Amino acid sequence: MDAAALTSRFPATQDLAGKDMPTFRVAAGDLLAAVRFLRDEHGFDLLADLCGLELQGRPVRFGVVLHLLSTTHKEYVRLHVDAVGDRVPSVSSLHPGANWHEREAYDMFGIVFEGHPDPRRILMWDSYPYHPLRKDFPLAGIEVPFPAADVAEVTGQKVEPAPMMGGPFVSHGGKLSEGEPSALDQSWTEEKPKA
Amino acid sequence: MKITKEISIGDVAARSEELRGENMTLNMGPSHPATHGVLRLSLELDGDKVVKCDPVIGYLHRGDEKIAENMTYNQFVPYTDRLDYLAPLANNVAYAIAVEKLAGLKLPARCEAIRVLTCEMARISSHLLGIGVYAMDTGAWTVFMYTFNEREKLYTLFEELTGARFTTSYTRIGGVTRDIPDGWLAKVSSFCDGVERTIDEVDKLLTRNGIFLERTEGIATISKEMALAYGLTGPNLRASGVPFDLRKDKPYSGYEQYDFDVPVGAKGDCFDRYLVRMEELRQSVRIIRQVVKTMPGGAWYAEDAKKIFLPPKAKVMTKMEELIQNFMLVTEGPQIPAGEVYFEAENPKGALGFYVVSNGGGVPYRLRIRGPSFVSLSILPAIVPGNFLTDVASILGSLDFVMGECDR
Repeated sequence: MDAAALTSRFPATQDLAGKDMPTFRVAAGDLLAAVRFLRDEHGFDLLADLCGLELQGRPVRFGVVLHLLSTTHKEYVRLHVDAVGDRVPSVSSLHPGANWHEREAYDMFGIVFEGHPDPRRILMWDSYPYHPLRKDFPLAGIEVPFPAADVAEVTGQKVEPAPMMGGPFVSHGGKLSEGEPSALDQSWTEEKPKA
Repeated sequence: MKITKEISIGDVAARSEELRGENMTLNMGPSHPATHGVLRLSLELDGDKVVKCDPVIGYLHRGDEKIAENMTYNQFVPYTDRLDYLAPLANNVAYAIAVEKLAGLKLPARCEAIRVLTCEMARISSHLLGIGVYAMDTGAWTVFMYTFNEREKLYTLFEELTGARFTTSYTRIGGVTRDIPDGWLAKVSSFCDGVERTIDEVDKLLTRNGIFLERTEGIATISKEMALAYGLTGPNLRASGVPFDLRKDKPYSGYEQYDFDVPVGAKGDCFDRYLVRMEELRQSVRIIRQVVKTMPGGAWYAEDAKKIFLPPKAKVMTKMEELIQNFMLVTEGPQIPAGEVYFEAENPKGALGFYVVSNGGGVPYRLRIRGPSFVSLSILPAIVPGNFLTDVASILGSLDFVMGECDR
């Protein structure tokens, strides 16, 4: 695809000069029109993937990345969209397959898709209070109430953070050789059980 | 004495409206033999007919994407085994290629050929299971026994190659864990002879089987437009008549060197999806035979990628430079330059995509996994309503999904 086609049609679009495929940053307001333009006039008929992302070095916290595929021209294009106040327009009216991907991006990052026909969580349960793929969410998880309130009432069960003893061995940021990957919670071991 | 009563058709019609009961909500799953894992379908039934289908997923969610952000690239390879756990080798390869693309790494021909070989063996393993359980869902138990027999032989071959039958973890960034053992290729050849006979037998058992045809023909037809709109990939897309195969159209790992055909369906119903998989099995055997015949010699990992692939163990114990290299790679992880990459590989279930964002160093900043099964299931609310409850099992079987990859 000719990069100029998209940037001349949507002047707010920025060509990011992607190494593996044409990559653009599209303004949230232009997203629907740009995806329709690519679908109808450039043959990008299949939405390969849509995912949320916590941005780095951008004024906003969240973004969405779309990968569109043309089954006729056999090429991909990548669109980056910055969320405006954690909101991004939903493309599920153009690509029904985006429905579940957007539900997942909402579930994992809390990005709200405007105009989404079914804005529910998808992988976590409906009453789950967090968005686990955010960088400030701990790997082990956070204790939350058990999803089935009637069961929790009888058993007193809770959803507890994963025991990190023995792994997964995680990095602590920075250079790995300065702080080797290790289990997060090392206060307890097999010999010394958790208090 | 005989009592007769005349009733008009209008009366009957009026009464049938009156007799219409409430719709029933039925939960199919999360633990149900036809849902092949922990999928729950919340079905609304009008008598025997499904009027609404709401898939509930996430029972197998392990947070693979979160885990990936907290470990080095090579440490994540075992997690890819658990995506599509019916074809772990193909997942290993797809993941490794995605990261290698980001690193701009060129692999030696032998390594690429080994990867093609393992991918196609994984495809046979996955399709054999897919067709076996599909037949079982539609009431033909025997087929499963035939296909599992062959899968057992495949597992033995996988064990000889990788050391594990199931969770192979065979690739590393920049290569594979070990070279092909002596005499293994001959065993693969003889496996090909056997599996071709089994495919013919399964063909005889199913393709003209009246019961199987009635359970699958004309059920849940997915049109070309619909398949594209929902982003279906792999055999499910091709069964709907879209001749798109990443191995042909976006060749990776040297697929362009091998001759094979891409089967395409005509109608896009459950039966077409079965037929496409059957033909793909034969084409995979064809590719394997070519790879075995033309297996190049030479290095089986990227020898010049000193910051990515571990040095040979024998040298680590005797040479200082290799020892340091080994230590740095194990503690820091393979050094991947900053950037982003999206790579999709044609896996047995469809296109398995990895979107990797790196800030440089040994740990990805973000790793997104696009599971084909996730996408295949998202079409259920559109194709299940209007079918009978008994057809749901046959629709699920025809889509050939696996929950490990759907829930990640």
